[in-house]
Amino acid sequence: MDKKDTTLIEVEEGMKIIPGGNTIIAPVDKLVNWSRKNSLWPMAFGLACCAIEMMAGGSAHYDYDRFGIVFRASPRQSDVIIIAGTVTKKMAPVVRRVYDQMPEPRYVIALGSCACSGGVFDTYSVVQGCDTFLPVDVYIPGCPPRPEAIIEGFIKLQEKIQKEHMRWSPWR
Amino acid sequence: MEPLEIVERLKEKYFSEIVDVTQFREQVFVSVKSDRITDICRYLHDEPDIHMDFLADICGVDYPGRKYRFEVLYNLYSIKFRHRLIVKALLTEEDPNINSVVPIWNGANCHEREACDMYGIIFHGHPDLRRILMPEDWEGFPQRKDYPLKGREDWEYKGFEECKELHNHDKEWNIQAS
Repeated sequence: MDKKDTTLIEVEEGMKIIPGGNTIIAPVDKLVNWSRKNSLWPMAFGLACCAIEMMAGGSAHYDYDRFGIVFRASPRQSDVIIIAGTVTKKMAPVVRRVYDQMPEPRYVIALGSCACSGGVFDTYSVVQGCDTFLPVDVYIPGCPPRPEAIIEGFIKLQEKIQKEHMRWSPWR
Repeated sequence: MEPLEIVERLKEKYFSEIVDVTQFREQVFVSVKSDRITDICRYLHDEPDIHMDFLADICGVDYPGRKYRFEVLYNLYSIKFRHRLIVKALLTEEDPNINSVVPIWNGANCHEREACDMYGIIFHGHPDLRRILMPEDWEGFPQRKDYPLKGREDWEYKGFEECKELHNHDKEWNIQAS
């Protein structure tokens, strides 16, 4: 009678399979983060011209849907908010309210020069970078950034989510 | 009708009101005193062969150092006769008050609110004179030349302050550390 080889084979860091057992052993973090990062739902929310580029990215030519990125019309169903454009001081409380309504874990992408630093609008009415009132995860510079740059930003965010530890859990 | 002909007609009726007539690139500007602006506008609107039925724009101007610091520009156009005239009403810094032309052109409503918001010009008889671009509790008139470009150092908009406080609180207590 053949003795089955039960040595675990490591296919990737932390991920092992039992040969013939049809079983994968992996950290929950890794599995959950993998599924989370591939279903990033951004809030459909734009402030200025960067939003046009964001919409172009969602269209068929660039197609965010390939990455599981589907725009949602409600902050309660969103994982990530893209601050697309110039944030004025009058608009800042509104943006903050939208952000506060999102369920955790939530992420922020600052899209464009204005959202990153205020851009050319160094004036009395414009917020000098939305990181003054929001915790920004990814900055995408450009005026406006091309859709490829936005996709790159999403990929950076996915890399960040993949590295997270227990962020998804209520016991964090 | 040529714009200068309209000016002649205006001079016949309101000679004492007209301060100056200038021309620039075939556009005619009539500077008038601000006291009887509604009468002048009513005349330009109602006169059958002038018929200024379209108020294209109202905007404020600030010239610091001049005797009449503020101006209110009425960009008038006749859709029927296709002629245009720009009327400037002169205002001093001490008394930036003028009568509203909303009863004549209803479209003046938002334009006058904007001029009030940006320059602090008060339009008497306006049905709803509130701020239109800036938040309602904003202090100061941003388009005046003496308003600092980057805002006043001693004053910050309250709504934005609250946002910053929320964010700083979250950072301090390491909420949603990322």
